[in-house]
Order: sequence, then C-alpha cells, then structure tokens
Amino acid sequence: MIEPHLPALPVLLPLVAAVVLLWLGDAAPRIVRLVSLAFVLLGLGAALALVDRASSGELLLYRLGAWPAPFGIVLVVDRLAALMVLLVQLVALPVLVHASGGWDLRGRYFHALFQFLLMGLCGAFVTGDLFNLFVFFEVLLTASYVLLVHGHGRERFRWGVPYVVLNLVASALFLIGVAVLYSATGTLNLADLARRVAEVGEPDAALLRSGALLLFVVFGFKAALAPLHLWLPAAYAAASPPVAALFVLMTKVGVVAILRVHGAVFGDAAGAAANVVPGWLMPLALVTAALGVFGALAAHTLAHLIAWLNIASVATVLIAVSLWSAAGWSAALYYMVHSTLVVAALFLLAELVAAQRGAARGRLEPASPVAQPALLGSLLLLAAASIVGLPPLPGFLGKLMILQAADSALVWTVVLASGFVTMIGLARAGSILFWSVREESERGRAGHSAQLVATAGLLALGVAMALAAAPIKDYTDAAALQLRDGDAYLRAVLGRAAPSVRPYPPAP
Amino acid sequence: MISLEFLVASGVGWVAACAIWLLLRGRTFPVVLGLSLLGYAVNVFIFATGRLSLGAPPILLGAGSVADPLPQALVLTAIVIGFATVGLAIEIAARSRDEAGSDHVDGEEPGR
Repeated sequence: MIEPHLPALPVLLPLVAAVVLLWLGDAAPRIVRLVSLAFVLLGLGAALALVDRASSGELLLYRLGAWPAPFGIVLVVDRLAALMVLLVQLVALPVLVHASGGWDLRGRYFHALFQFLLMGLCGAFVTGDLFNLFVFFEVLLTASYVLLVHGHGRERFRWGVPYVVLNLVASALFLIGVAVLYSATGTLNLADLARRVAEVGEPDAALLRSGALLLFVVFGFKAALAPLHLWLPAAYAAASPPVAALFVLMTKVGVVAILRVHGAVFGDAAGAAANVVPGWLMPLALVTAALGVFGALAAHTLAHLIAWLNIASVATVLIAVSLWSAAGWSAALYYMVHSTLVVAALFLLAELVAAQRGAARGRLEPASPVAQPALLGSLLLLAAASIVGLPPLPGFLGKLMILQAADSALVWTVVLASGFVTMIGLARAGSILFWSVREESERGRAGHSAQLVATAGLLALGVAMALAAAPIKDYTDAAALQLRDGDAYLRAVLGRAAPSVRPYPPAP
Repeated sequence: MISLEFLVASGVGWVAACAIWLLLRGRTFPVVLGLSLLGYAVNVFIFATGRLSLGAPPILLGAGSVADPLPQALVLTAIVIGFATVGLAIEIAARSRDEAGSDHVDGEEPGR
C-alpha cells in the first residue's frame, strides 16, 4: 500500500510530524521528543528503502495528483536524490538526539521547525520541477530563519537579520531566473526544460544563458561560493550548535541544485546555452576553498573555525563538480556525503568541548581544562584528520578521487594546499583547547552521555565511509552517470510523446 | 504611442531600482520596505512572462487568443510566500531592535 507512495514519503513524513508537533505545542518535552524521534526514524526507514530501490538504476517517479508531466508537478527519485535524502536523515537523527539533551528547550517549537526544515531539504532533493524547487527552498529557509535565532540572544539576532534579508533577496533573484527560463521555454519541468533548452536558438539563447546564470548566483549563494560566502561563518557560529549542524545540509542544497539545473539541464546537450556555468564555477570554487581555509586559520572561536571549514569543504565539492565529468561528479558526491557528516559532527563536538571549558566557552584562548580530555580530544583528532584528508580516512579517499578526476595543476595545488592549511588551523585549535590550560581554575563537568553518543555516532558514520568505500564509490559512479544521462530522465518523466504546454505560438 | 510592453518593463525596472536603493540603507525599516518592493517588482515580472495580452481568457475556449494561466498560478504562490517571509523579516527585525537597542542592520549604532 505504501510502496507506490514511497518517493513522496520523505516530504510527507516530516510534514505530518511538524503538524502533529505544532498541535502538541508545549506538551511535556518527553512526549515531543519521542514523537519527533519516531518520525525521523520512519524517515530513515523510507530513505533506506529509496536508496535500495534507486540503486538498481530505477527512476522512481511520483506524479502529484496523478497529473501527467509536464502539466503536473512530479517528484523524481534517482540515485542522487535517494542518496541526499538518506544523508539528510543520517544527519538529522544524531542532531535530534543531541538537541534533546537540552537545547530544544531554549525556545519554543524547536521540533516542529526541525521537521519543517527536513521537509524542505528532502523536497528540494526529490523535486523534478523548477518552481517546486523554489517552494521547497522557501520551506527550508523559513524554518531556518526561526531556527537560526532559536535560543535568542543578541548575537543570534545580530546575524539573523542579515541572514534573512540576504536570503529574501536571493529568493527574489531565484524567481526572476525561473521566470526568465519560463519565458524562453514555456515549461518548468526539469526534464521538459532540458529538452526545450536544446531547441532554443539565438537570440533567445541569450535570455536562457542569463536565466541560468541568475540561478547560478542563487545556488552559489546557498552553497557559500565566494564572493557570496560572507554571511555564513558568523551566522553558523552564532546559531545553537544542533541547528548549525543541521545547517551544514543547507549548503549542499545549493550544490545539488547546481548539479540538477546547470549540470543536467544546461549540460553538453543544451544547444546554444550549453555549459554556461563551468567556466565560472571552477575559478570561484578554487578561490572559495582558499578563502575558507585562511578564514579557518584566522578564526577566534572553535565554532567560527568549523563554519569556515564548512565553506572550504563545500568549495572542494564544487571544485569536483566544476570538472564537469562523470568521474568528477562521482568524487564530488562521495566527498560531499563524507564532509557533511564530519562537519556536522564537528559542530556538535565543538559544543561538547565549549560546555566543559567554563566561561571561555569555545574561544581559542587558555582556559580551564575540559573534564573528558581523552575522549573529546580523540574525537576531535579523528574528525580533524578526516577533514584534512589523512589516509586511511574517507576524507583522504574523497580528495584522492577529486585529484584523479582532475588533470589541472591548479586544482591539485589548491586541494592539497588547502588540506595542509586546514591541518595547521585545526592543530592550532586543538593544542590551545586541550593543552593550553590554566590548572588553577576549576574543572568542567562531564558531558551528557546521549549527546556524546550522538556526536560519536555521527563521526563514526563519516569515518565508516572508508570501510564501505567500494560500494559507495560504485553507487556515486552510477549516480553521476545517471545524472548525465538526460535521455533516460526524459523518457522516465515524460514518456515517449511529450505534449506542448504553451497555449500561444512562440514570440516572433 | 508607448507600447504596453515598454510601460510594464520600465515600471518593473523603476520599482526594482527603488527596492535596491532601499535595500542598501543602513536601517532595518527601509530594508524591509525594499524587500517588499522587490517582491512587487518580481511578481509583476513573473506575470509578464506569460506575454501581455488584452481581453484574453486564461482558459481554452476553442479558437481565439488565450492568456497563459501558468504565470498567474506561479505569481499567486510567489505572492503568498513573499508576504509570509516579509512578515517574518519584520518580526525578526523588531526583535533584533529590542535585543540590540538599535535598528541598524549591523545590530549596533555605527561608529561605536
């Protein structure tokens, strides 16, 4: 009974959960947490079922209201979408457990907003319609506006206002880009769009290219691509730690949107508007990676450092994307999954460390020693080694795949040098946090065990990617090839005969 | 005679220019005004992507010209989302003013 509706479940489950949680309101925290956790577990089950189905190469199609595409909205689950939905759930579960250790009580409706954010994320990954992508962007952004200021405090509102304003301007640009594409092609269904983009000749192709570049600005903003990255570090560092860990997923929405729109629609087969983006993406991603690691080097708190590392890791993913080949995209997907898990774990870990350092919190300055130096220190060392890319950890494998896919000396230099600078930044932070202690001050208290387990579990997932590297690599290889196979996507979504949508003849 | 297209295009451009000027102000109130103005400009722009026509019904009635109904549906969605998000932006700006004691977008008076 559920089977045919499986592609819609990642969107519907959080929606139902959010409504139930809104209705529960300020009920006992125990009940609210259990309901939220139960729905995330259900979502994890649905995501695993989706990956299982998608890994056979099947394109799962879900027509909302049973309207045939391109008239109705479709949800399409391919390997990439299934992988991203699973990633969302894998991050959401430990973050929820960590937040249930107390952070969820520092404001109202944390769990409802959490579920709305999951709904927006999953929806953005599974949608097969450009306008629907905008709607899910808005769902996740609206939830994120409130979650960013969760816990209140001057610092959060200080960065909340620019975050909201910049995102609303980006949304306006998104709408303009979508409208431009619609005016030139008459469709918003991604499969239909890919077909029609190829048919547009000059001078309308100029319109298409400008629409595509407008969308690139928007997705680049979400993915914190330079020069649109400055909003991220302070906002993520100010957010409450579980929220920051969840926000790590939001930058990936930008990456996947670039793959879906600029990779699949404006790819090699897009005629006069083919490959408008890679020429811009490569230099910007290289600059962002460099800026990210230098930002990490200059950070004065652990949370800022991790936020800058988040920028650098997304930029590394985008470098791999900008190689514009199946091998590059496969490497990008592998590294994206890994870096998301590890950076999210780092945000949770930063909070555990900060909570044990007394008044100094996460500031990189001498303070009282943490209560569990061995445990937290080894977790931080493991995460740091993986994000830097030391063998045999999966960060190393991911960067190796990127280097193998690239044949440019510049990419090699930036990826390797950024890893080195990251190592210096993290080594400096780790030595201050754990060794530069003032013995006379009182010791902090040991961390909440559920929070420790959640953080270690998230990190273990990221590190376990080295053990399962071969099957994951096979999967991402197939996902990259599937993404480049526009014909199969078109056949699955539209069938053989694709009817015209426009009620009027094209402009003369 | 000015064409309808020129009138709508220049109107959208003027409203968008005003919105950008307001968005670059330092206080949250003009910034929020700029956001809603930008929303209006974008909505009219979306509406115009269905081509401008006079007296054309948005539904097929046999022969004759028809208006594209899809941008009308899109603009409805965009209006609802834009209205809600600007409302949220006002609320967050107001709270920020309460927390910081300043309505400057940086959360503090400049030069302090």
